[in-house]
Amino acid sequence: MAVTTYSGAEQYNFDVVKKFAIMSLVWAVVGMFVGVYIASELAWPFLNFDSPYFSFGRFRPVHTSAVIFGFGGSALFATSYYVVQRTCQTRLVSDGMASFTFWGWQTVIVLAALSYVMGYSQGREYAEMEWPIDLLVEVVWVSYLIVYVGTIMRRKQPHIYVANWFYLSFILATALLHTFNNLAMPVDLFSMKSYSLFSGTQDAMTQWWYGHNAVGFFLTAAFLGMMYYFVPKQAGRPIYSYRLSIVHFWALSFMYMWVGGHHLHWTALPDWTSSLAAAFSILLLMPSWGGMINGIMTLSGAWDKMRTDPVMRFMIVALSFYGMSTFEGPMMSLKEVNALSHYTDWTVGHVHSGALGWVAMISFGSLYHMIPKLWETKIYSGRLVEWHFWLATIGIVLYIVAMWISGITQGLMWRAFDEFGNLQYSFVESVAAMVPFYAMRAIGGMFFLTGASMMAFNMFMTIRQGKRENAALEARLAAKMAQA
Amino acid sequence: MNFNFKHEWIETNIGLMAVLTMIAISVGGLVEIAPLFFIDKTIEKVEGVRPYTPLEQRGRDIYIREGCYTCHSQMIRPFRDEKLRYGHYSLAAESQYDHPFQWGSKRTGPDLARVGAKYSNEWHVQHLVAPRSMVPESVMPNYPWLLSTPLDISDTAARLEALRKVGVPYSATQAEHDANVTQFGETVAKQLHIPDAQKNLVEQANFGNYDGDRSGISEMDALVAYLQVLGTMVDFSKYADDAFVDDR
Repeated sequence: MAVTTYSGAEQYNFDVVKKFAIMSLVWAVVGMFVGVYIASELAWPFLNFDSPYFSFGRFRPVHTSAVIFGFGGSALFATSYYVVQRTCQTRLVSDGMASFTFWGWQTVIVLAALSYVMGYSQGREYAEMEWPIDLLVEVVWVSYLIVYVGTIMRRKQPHIYVANWFYLSFILATALLHTFNNLAMPVDLFSMKSYSLFSGTQDAMTQWWYGHNAVGFFLTAAFLGMMYYFVPKQAGRPIYSYRLSIVHFWALSFMYMWVGGHHLHWTALPDWTSSLAAAFSILLLMPSWGGMINGIMTLSGAWDKMRTDPVMRFMIVALSFYGMSTFEGPMMSLKEVNALSHYTDWTVGHVHSGALGWVAMISFGSLYHMIPKLWETKIYSGRLVEWHFWLATIGIVLYIVAMWISGITQGLMWRAFDEFGNLQYSFVESVAAMVPFYAMRAIGGMFFLTGASMMAFNMFMTIRQGKRENAALEARLAAKMAQA
Repeated sequence: MNFNFKHEWIETNIGLMAVLTMIAISVGGLVEIAPLFFIDKTIEKVEGVRPYTPLEQRGRDIYIREGCYTCHSQMIRPFRDEKLRYGHYSLAAESQYDHPFQWGSKRTGPDLARVGAKYSNEWHVQHLVAPRSMVPESVMPNYPWLLSTPLDISDTAARLEALRKVGVPYSATQAEHDANVTQFGETVAKQLHIPDAQKNLVEQANFGNYDGDRSGISEMDALVAYLQVLGTMVDFSKYADDAFVDDR
């Protein structure tokens, strides 16, 4: 054990991986807490407390940024730096730049959250950060690209492992999307306020090209990179089909970029654009399910792990939710379905079946695999992992069922006519009908948050245990040296 | 020709892989976004749409600051129920000066694309300060600070200037002003003149008295002025029912 400790620490830069892994857990708890809070505001509006700082409109981007960029982003930095070093058998190309990406990225999340609460927002979903923060993101991201590609260039064997393709695609696509969606004119150099370069229809299409690919690349391609490394590792088996992963990679990278327009069905965006987007959304089902099958079938011959290994269970359930939400997505991109689902809670439920079911679960699984390895110990409590798994799964089910019911109810109430051809319901009647489901959703979120908090505690104890074991080992070594 | 492609070439060459990936991820956006800037039919030809007055634009800034778009859409779809509930479906032309667009993606509250002139100023003020005093089932937050916070008008001209740089026809010179007179008429053109921005804002706020309090200009003045103009610029009685069908 001690031998691998020393060689591992010298061979790889695990310091930055550890930092990102810890912050990923911190942001998970913070971001999900804010999520539960804003969900509760919808059920019990007094929670807005007449305060600008806690009102739903300003707080909601704090939730989305903290979970997507804070939790998801940190988990991606951690795992990508881990995977690229392990699979290339080389150290990160620059410790300084890697460290800069860590501090830069954390600064971005903190500044973003503070600025939203203070009332600075671009008014673009998932891209609310104002221009100075966007510039910092840009610098951090280019550094990330350099570290990542630079490390791959130092690899010890000719082949680039498949997980790295997905991480690379995610880094490139995010750079492209972030740059073009945030083109804006500041009011002046000392003002946080800016106006977007594009307007109206073109702006809407640019934003949803970004918005859906934040899902497609940030929340999918990158996490598939995670899947392609950690699922085979945890299962102790090679990936099911190498050929399938090639097809999966190119089809997914190419097709995702076309589908953003399905967020704009029946709007003032020209029909040709949203129809094209819908066609690609349906096609996208194939690479998505190809990837899911590739992941799940990796377990073939080791299915007993589903029963015995709770970490494996996180990963397989993640892939199942991935399959479910990548089926639901194309279905919702059909114009007839979208006419009902758009503007309702169904969309919110769909996002969360992906975000909680897929993104969070695969991250939890990967972090449970990686953190004990980083600190060279075992998971502190397997029972807590079991508890986390069930709380998370029940939480997701409560959440998405609540949103299915409320979303479809809303959609149907809005379009209901009475026998005289008048609207059957006023808008506010649909609001009143939602309240029980908003409460149910908040409770589902509380389950999920409780599970994540247990994980944070469990991992904190694991790290402490790892440090103690190492200290004891070193003390014994030192004692031996002294005797000799 | 003996061209025997092997995926291995890509797998062993990071430069080639990065370039091919860039190509793969660039096509979709190019094909779907770039033409929107060049196809004339994307924005309908329609009379009446104008840039916002300085006061309305400041109201719009507050709308964005408070994240209203997280619960309210501004995009009416061409369905019978939406026509009855909200009015004529939204045209692309109606948001052509919106930097950024605020079509939204969620209706926790109703669509606001045509909320203008539907309720009185007094209703809006009371509803924003205490929504449940007007609509008991509402889940909207209270916005009391809008009434108590004076509107910062110091950088009004700078804001319009930034918008001018991204293409909104606010005028900085006499020539631009004259062009606006031709396009929008004398009254509107006067409101779009950047050197007079602050003066115009104060005049409109004092004349409109949107928040019901004449002692000063509050953020509420600006927000209500913005809400009251939403969806009112185009007079749809001038157009046939199917006038815009071909533009879709």
